[in-house]
Amino acid sequence: MADVYVNSKFVGTVDNAEGFKKQIIEERRKSTLPYLVNVQHNEKEDAIYVETTKGRARRPLLVVREGKPIITDHHMKQLERGELTWSDLVKQGVIEYLDSAEEENALVAFYESELTMDHTHLEISPLDILGLCSSLVPFGDFNQSTRLNAGSKNQKQAIGFYAANYPVRMDMDVNLLETPQVPVVQTMMHKVAEYDKHPSGQNIVVAIMTYKGYNMEDAIILNKGAIDRGLARSFYYRPSTSEELRYTGGLTDEICVPDKDVKGYKSEKDYRFLEDDGIISPECKAKEGDVIIGKTSPPRFLSSMDEYNLTSNTRRESSVALAHGEKGTVDFVLVTENEEGNKLAYVRMRDQRIPEIGDKFTSRHGQKGVIGLILPHTDMPFSASGITPDLLFSPHGVPSRMTIAHLIELVGGKVGALAGRHIDGTTFDGETSDDLRKELLGLGFRENGSETLYNGVTGEQFEAKIFVGSMYYLKLKHMVANKLHSRARGPIQLLTRQPTEGRAKEGGLRLGEMEKDTFVAHGASLLLKERFDSDNTVVPVCESCGMIAVHNDFKNQSYCPVCGENVEINNIELSYAFKLIVDEFRSLGINMKIKLENKY
Amino acid sequence: MAHEELFKGYEQTLPEHILKDIRENLPDKVNKAEVKEILEITQTEFDAALVDAGEAVGIVAAESIGEPGTQMTLNTFHFAGVAEMNVTTGLPRLIEILDASAAPKTPMMEIYLKAPYNKGKDIKKIAHKIKETKLKELISEFSINVLESWIAIVPDKKKLADLDMDIAKIKKLIEKGLKVNVEIDDDKLIIKPKDETLSEMHKIKEKIKGVYVSGLKTINHVLPIKREDEFIIVTAGTKLQDVLELDFVDPIRTTTNDVKEIASVLGIEAARSAIMIEVLKVINSQGLNVDIRHIMLVADIMCVSGLVNGITRYGVVSEKSSVLARASFETPLKHIIAAALSGEEDKLTSVIENVMLNQPIPSGTGLPKLMMKD
Repeated sequence: MADVYVNSKFVGTVDNAEGFKKQIIEERRKSTLPYLVNVQHNEKEDAIYVETTKGRARRPLLVVREGKPIITDHHMKQLERGELTWSDLVKQGVIEYLDSAEEENALVAFYESELTMDHTHLEISPLDILGLCSSLVPFGDFNQSTRLNAGSKNQKQAIGFYAANYPVRMDMDVNLLETPQVPVVQTMMHKVAEYDKHPSGQNIVVAIMTYKGYNMEDAIILNKGAIDRGLARSFYYRPSTSEELRYTGGLTDEICVPDKDVKGYKSEKDYRFLEDDGIISPECKAKEGDVIIGKTSPPRFLSSMDEYNLTSNTRRESSVALAHGEKGTVDFVLVTENEEGNKLAYVRMRDQRIPEIGDKFTSRHGQKGVIGLILPHTDMPFSASGITPDLLFSPHGVPSRMTIAHLIELVGGKVGALAGRHIDGTTFDGETSDDLRKELLGLGFRENGSETLYNGVTGEQFEAKIFVGSMYYLKLKHMVANKLHSRARGPIQLLTRQPTEGRAKEGGLRLGEMEKDTFVAHGASLLLKERFDSDNTVVPVCESCGMIAVHNDFKNQSYCPVCGENVEINNIELSYAFKLIVDEFRSLGINMKIKLENKY
Repeated sequence: MAHEELFKGYEQTLPEHILKDIRENLPDKVNKAEVKEILEITQTEFDAALVDAGEAVGIVAAESIGEPGTQMTLNTFHFAGVAEMNVTTGLPRLIEILDASAAPKTPMMEIYLKAPYNKGKDIKKIAHKIKETKLKELISEFSINVLESWIAIVPDKKKLADLDMDIAKIKKLIEKGLKVNVEIDDDKLIIKPKDETLSEMHKIKEKIKGVYVSGLKTINHVLPIKREDEFIIVTAGTKLQDVLELDFVDPIRTTTNDVKEIASVLGIEAARSAIMIEVLKVINSQGLNVDIRHIMLVADIMCVSGLVNGITRYGVVSEKSSVLARASFETPLKHIIAAALSGEEDKLTSVIENVMLNQPIPSGTGLPKLMMKD
């Protein structure tokens, strides 16, 4: 007597639990029950769980009967000819989907050769245990699992060819690789996902060696010659937009070249790229501060007096200009209307990004690194046949991370490039490294991939043989050009008078609590004061009541709002943040008085 | 003593124990000039080792303990074999010591023994004497008769013998502890509660289990171990006062890891060195290296008031004279409101409040002041 639950609800009991379960499965395979049904016999609880609900993760497996998969060569031929589809196989009960509960009753073989009479299912492909991104890592079965994770994560950030219709799209923050290549070392998933239609990397010659310490700590060294020939160049696209908003009273924004008497007019130079319609023209090279879309808005408050008594234009300037640090060429201009019928202007900026020190690159094995040096072609190590590597990868990145697949791909890429064919690096059933090494030997190279290299500067032969090969490298979207930031003076916050925060606001770099402690530890008293001078202010203080007094600039005279003019008022220097907190205390009913004393 | 007159001149500038060291270690054949030179070099070395005025020793101590502290583990280690004997170490223990929390998470004692016992004599008996034993550990059988409403217990005779107990003594203990009548029936004890309801019977049964039999309360486990050809007893749970009073215990070396207990039993100076020892123990167990002088400073700060104060807003920080300094460390509102109510004054004499006002801090180069002639 086993309890039967359908979607976790008790519905009744059944005498022959195992038979009941088998019957459901048979019915499902015959398609008399929908293929979405799953059933589990929990022997411990002696209960049958039938599940038909949504939200269960299920995966397909080949059905095995009496130690043999139901799928036959006949099926395969039909599939090849296109007479059968996947869903036909599901309908015929050749393939079925199991959820996590039903998997508990199943015995799944990894390979066909492992099948015994006890097995109930066969894995369609061992690659099935990996997702799309992880399957794109070649020779993934030779990597540590954490590296496989990192490798597939990195691929998502790679710059490539994301969509063929990019010229007519207005996506934010787009990066496009100039000359993407299809990887030489591929996996099955590259074909399945049609990777050749949206590749995101380039096959380059990599040597595993150090060079004067410029590739310490995961840095990489790039060949200047390779960059000049177009390696890893990309474009960065960023659209700006502006809308002609409508306000109450029939007033609207206007996209135009602003008149000089408009409130907030920048300078003639800033508007120089604008055409008569108020929008910048394509292929203009604009820099920070240049206006892209000229726009004026009606006055904010009609009640404001000074806007009435002037008969001339009282409109405000509300143009879109390039922010601090931005530059680029106008790529595309679009003028359209939105749902409310408002005029809408789009301007897409394009900026070429040539690899520079600090740009991030990665192989497909989680071996990410940042350019530490761009070496002139002439200084690069070279081989007897005149090959110079495009990239120098530090050998210290390998032992602790155990990315063996990185090394196998290097050999595989070399073989593929020399033999002129793609290498199959599918995880679990790719080409073996032994075969690759034999083929490399046959191609006239040293079996282990190492080569004699010569010092590019002196021409001397290196004592060690250097491991050189070809592999697929990805440029990641994190580029220094988008991150570089520094400031000496700049904008401050209105409330605290301290520097703003963040690159976008041209902010300062905070000297925090712990950094402050280091100044104290060194006893650098005045240096510390100077570092915190960013919000230093001079404040008049009334000596009689201890409150902050007022200075009248016209009369050049200070007075205390409480005690009047005939009291002693002295100026003191303190941080504006402290003056602010004194004011805030006062608003809470706490009167904090400042007592002055002679310093000397 | 030779050349004593030379030592006289250094009594004001060198500590007594350094002079004593030199006196005791001087070679026999030494002439006056050599002694003079020794003393001069000692003086220069001593002066060089002194901390300069205005040196921010507190911040340096905090950084020197805090930086290696980031590498500490959050694990507690478990003793293999002995049931539930584990020790808090690493960061949690360090926080516990420096916060001067009321009781450690894993209280422990190291009990050293006097001469014959430290070689292993009667070690088991001694251990049993220290460990708190409750009645439930001695009972081999328990039965409740619902109809006649009595509870019968059968104590384990062997265990009784281990503790120098007999059935009559147990009877007395139960009678004293629960105020019920107990009868001895052969090797059984029959307890007849006054209230005969079943729930009351169960309550009494639970109470009987918890009746105190022997040993020191709060010491849950004892573990005699051999350390450098001497037997000591490690315990889980502490009771310093009572342990020190036992006649077989060496009261000089016996310690506990409960700093507050040491402070109350042995006084503040003992607590100060207990803090140092315990902090050092944690730091060394993590394979880190911190100069002991930083730890000494922290221990000093925690103990200056005569009571053990933690480095918390209730402890050391609440002793600060500056309102702004206190407000800058947790619960600012509380301090500002209290200061406003009592009209407190902040003299701006220490570091943090001067940073807030952007004034030079009175430390390091900010400390010396100009003084006019006349």
